[in-house]
Amino acid sequence: MNTGYIISRLSSALLVVVGVVSIVFLLIHLVPGDPVEVMLGESAHAADREALRAALGLDLPLLQQLFNYFHGLASLDLGQSLHSQRPISNILADRLPATLELAVYALLFAVVIAIPLGIIAAVRKGSMADVGAMGFSMLGVSIPNFWMGPILILIFSLWLGVTPVSGRSGVESVILPAITLGTALAAILARMVRSSLLEVLNEDFVRTARAKGLPESKVIWRHAMRNAWLPVITLMGLQLGTLLGGAVITETVFSWPGLGSLLVESIQKRDYPVVQGCVLVISLAYVVVNTLTDLVYAAIDPRIRLGEDG
Amino acid sequence: MRHKLFASILLLWLLVSVFGPLLPLTPDQIDLPNILAGPGIEHLLGNDELGRPVLDRLIMGAQTSFLVAIWVVAISAVCGTMLGAFAAYSGGIMDLLLVRIIDVFLAFPGILLAIALAGVMGPGIDNVIIALSIVGWVGYARLARAQVLSLKHRDHISAAIALGQGRIPIVRKHLLPLIAAPLIIEATFGVAGIVIAEAGLSFLGLGVQPPAASWGSMIRDGARYMLVAPHLVLAPGACIMLVVLSINLLGDNLRDRLDVRIG
Repeated sequence: MNTGYIISRLSSALLVVVGVVSIVFLLIHLVPGDPVEVMLGESAHAADREALRAALGLDLPLLQQLFNYFHGLASLDLGQSLHSQRPISNILADRLPATLELAVYALLFAVVIAIPLGIIAAVRKGSMADVGAMGFSMLGVSIPNFWMGPILILIFSLWLGVTPVSGRSGVESVILPAITLGTALAAILARMVRSSLLEVLNEDFVRTARAKGLPESKVIWRHAMRNAWLPVITLMGLQLGTLLGGAVITETVFSWPGLGSLLVESIQKRDYPVVQGCVLVISLAYVVVNTLTDLVYAAIDPRIRLGEDG
Repeated sequence: MRHKLFASILLLWLLVSVFGPLLPLTPDQIDLPNILAGPGIEHLLGNDELGRPVLDRLIMGAQTSFLVAIWVVAISAVCGTMLGAFAAYSGGIMDLLLVRIIDVFLAFPGILLAIALAGVMGPGIDNVIIALSIVGWVGYARLARAQVLSLKHRDHISAAIALGQGRIPIVRKHLLPLIAAPLIIEATFGVAGIVIAEAGLSFLGLGVQPPAASWGSMIRDGARYMLVAPHLVLAPGACIMLVVLSINLLGDNLRDRLDVRIG
């Protein structure tokens, strides 16, 4: 991979990061009326309001505030929680592992379901298996996770008693949240694996592999799938954002102690600096994953490079 | 057969949303003797934790989801298309700026930004519409931009320029009709996305406020009584799933018929 492409991709990611930080910074200024009054309530003393205004830096000119926000970020200082008075970076660091664990298990679930399903649907195109797989795919993107979660809890936790209702306590507690979060991704991935594999199966090299007398499993895995991975990997990178966004609702359903439930709790407590922190960390994680996906994509496919693909 | 079934579901959604207010419904009427009553002859889908009829509240929820979906898709599609089409047609710094703004917005997982915006602006249907529109325009802008970029050097555009037509008439008369098909398909899938997003925001308590009903808030309230009254969760969830499934199938069907590839 040429270094020009890497530099160009990284610099465009840096611009996006600056934009993301700016929007997250402006979030607190979207509070209708006086944000300090909204946070403290109308009955708060004027002195408390002024103290909070000064603590948040809201008494400074907007550009100065933005500069201070960037400056704070550079040293991982996101301010303090209005509710617990703890540094926001510490609160986020406490919650991040739970969200990452959930995202990894959800991704794992999606891949384990989607790849065999997509392959079977492509190899047996038009069969009942194909219709069933695509039916699952259509259902998977249509079932909202805030409905699926409670139904899974009803069946597996309340009726069968095989999984905990909520919380994070051991591997068994991640099963239902991961299924809830991963189903939509599994549905989208299964579709992509199917269409990507169908395209490759019509290529000459697959016909050649079959003509050589290779068993069908080797034709699929060694020849067809190796070429069908690229769009699937890209889609996985792009969908990670949806996964992280969906984690907000899934974590709330299962009281999973991650960044998503922290975001909702902070909105309810009007702890807006923590809201800013949650949005910032999740979005930056998304930017990093997308940039890495692009770089991996370019590394494994020499056709996809800046300037070569237009 | 299958398509007729899903078209009927969408038609029903549309009808109850538009004509629901004319029906003799009592979605807010508290009926204490019927608290958590199951489906029966008097109340087809049972009653909720305050004894209110679930069916009536579902119809009220249909109005909420329809209203939000139509407004958000209309605002996002119009603003996004205009911005994308004009930026692509004009080129230069305007186009570059739009691409950068789109890149930044795409860096946020859509629902995350909508949750944060709705949370900061405060609960309510107006703020849900604003939050989802702020997130939603990007997809239309990107699509319109890509389409216009591929069309703006065609002969009929050059002819219009040679005839002295201005930028606005060229985009409006000669470009928009050509890019309408993919945008209609994007908008169709957009409606499905907004139905889920609105219900999701209401589930988190950021959407419509009591006593108004939303399918999302009905699921949230019903989840507490799931063991004794599962119909409180099953009914609104089934409505969301059926409507979204129907819209997705309609979108698929439209895409096949109009022979459009978006991606």
